[in-house]
Amino acid sequence: MAATAIRFENVTLGYGRHPAVHHLAGEIAPGSLTAIVGPNGAGKSTLLKGVVGALKPLQGRITLSTGARTRIAYLPQASELDRAFPISIYDLVAMGLWGSRGLFGGIGRADRPRIEAAIAAVGLSGFESRAIGTLSGGQMQRALFARLLLQDAPLILLDEPFTAIDAKTTADLLGLVRRWHDEDRTVVTVLHDIEMVRGTFPRTMLIARELVAHGETDVVLRPENLLEARRMVEAANDRAPICAQA
Amino acid sequence: MIYEALLAPFVEFEFMRRALVGALALALAAGPIGVFLMLRRMSLTGDAMAHAILPGAAIGFLVSGLWLPALTLGGFVAGVAVALASGLVTRLTRLGEDASLAAFYLVSLALGVTIVSMRGSNVDLMHVLFGTVLALDDGALLLIGAIATVTLGALALMYRPLVLECVDPVFLGSVSRAGGVVHLAFLVLVVANLVGGFQALGTLLAVGLMMLPAASARFWARDVTGMIAVATAVGMASGAVGLLLSYHWELPAGPAIILVAGGAYLVSLLVGPERGLLRLAFPGRHLEA
Repeated sequence: MAATAIRFENVTLGYGRHPAVHHLAGEIAPGSLTAIVGPNGAGKSTLLKGVVGALKPLQGRITLSTGARTRIAYLPQASELDRAFPISIYDLVAMGLWGSRGLFGGIGRADRPRIEAAIAAVGLSGFESRAIGTLSGGQMQRALFARLLLQDAPLILLDEPFTAIDAKTTADLLGLVRRWHDEDRTVVTVLHDIEMVRGTFPRTMLIARELVAHGETDVVLRPENLLEARRMVEAANDRAPICAQA
Repeated sequence: MIYEALLAPFVEFEFMRRALVGALALALAAGPIGVFLMLRRMSLTGDAMAHAILPGAAIGFLVSGLWLPALTLGGFVAGVAVALASGLVTRLTRLGEDASLAAFYLVSLALGVTIVSMRGSNVDLMHVLFGTVLALDDGALLLIGAIATVTLGALALMYRPLVLECVDPVFLGSVSRAGGVVHLAFLVLVVANLVGGFQALGTLLAVGLMMLPAASARFWARDVTGMIAVATAVGMASGAVGLLLSYHWELPAGPAIILVAGGAYLVSLLVGPERGLLRLAFPGRHLEA
């Protein structure tokens, strides 16, 4: 296995000419469990979009050891899914097999045990034929985790996966995150709950548009670092000068 | 009696048989296309694209008269061009897709009517706007049949990414680059079917056989597969019933077909089991869980 799962080299990501992530460098080790923490607008989600390839860096490079994009399992913030679409939980979860089946490969009876096992693992057995529109927020998140399970990817990216989710569901899903870590998968999760990060995530990347600190969670989340992160310039400024490093 | 009402018109008159075959073939492909347009919240996009076909067909008319290949090619090129242009404007500027499509189709409609009027008569204009389902020749039938065949094959091939692109485009983007291609291919299919429908129903009504059956299906079926089946059935039935009504009561055939589809929509809206109005008004007593 390569020495790094994700390598950031002087990465600047942004919208228009305004950087949301500014000159970030660092490496994420394979098999590590990393939390990305920072204030609102710090560029956490943007950074994940950069890793997935949905956003091209304005400058710098993001290199993945996993290579092809199908080997990433990515869970964006919940809002982007069309809950009104008439599709069952079973079919939604089965989409996780895309990586191994692609566009045209069949998904048939032989896959049923795997799909049902994934649905059972997130505690949704019995909900298979329900339309996704009938699920609560927590149940929907469970279904999406089941899809992640089926994706069976070495690199898993989660963006605020526990927002507006109750304690029981959070605990269950956090158990899956630990299981992925035990299976030596690389997991990177954007989180805002500092206590959860301290409790579960060995490594942390603290960003506030620029990298504030990256390493062992206990070291990174010291008060002086958190204070520095809070001092981030809040808004994009149309009159900002051109960055000297650009 | 039943024979007189339902079968005799088709047995006795060849133009009725041709119209029936054309309408059935159109409905076969328009059903699934309409369902996907509806589920992608693109119902009005289909409408706008139908108008966008007009100037292309009109230029074809200007060059060649009512010669099928020229009308078809012109309409197809114009439809795809407007779809691409409005998509590009949406992506590059701040104008939303609805606004940019509206802008393009209004210009297209005005341009098309102007071009047809420059050379043709009002009869020609009516022909282009409302079609001539009772005068389908071999070429038109072959075209409609070919478009239906290609459409069904293509939809079968891209069914999975198409569904996924509707439900969760971000997920599709994270596992595959197929999203953009699928979207484009789908738009091309929409235009192709509108061009096929245009022969029979004209630019203004061609969308009717897509959207009305699809909207009806939403009230009957819970999942995509069911909706496609219902939409196709409603479309085909509308074609047959509309032709019969037009024959017995001497109504214009194209509008009669669309009116029947409209009737099917109203009935579905009223009594459909999936949140039809009656079901909403009388939901029954609530359950234990």
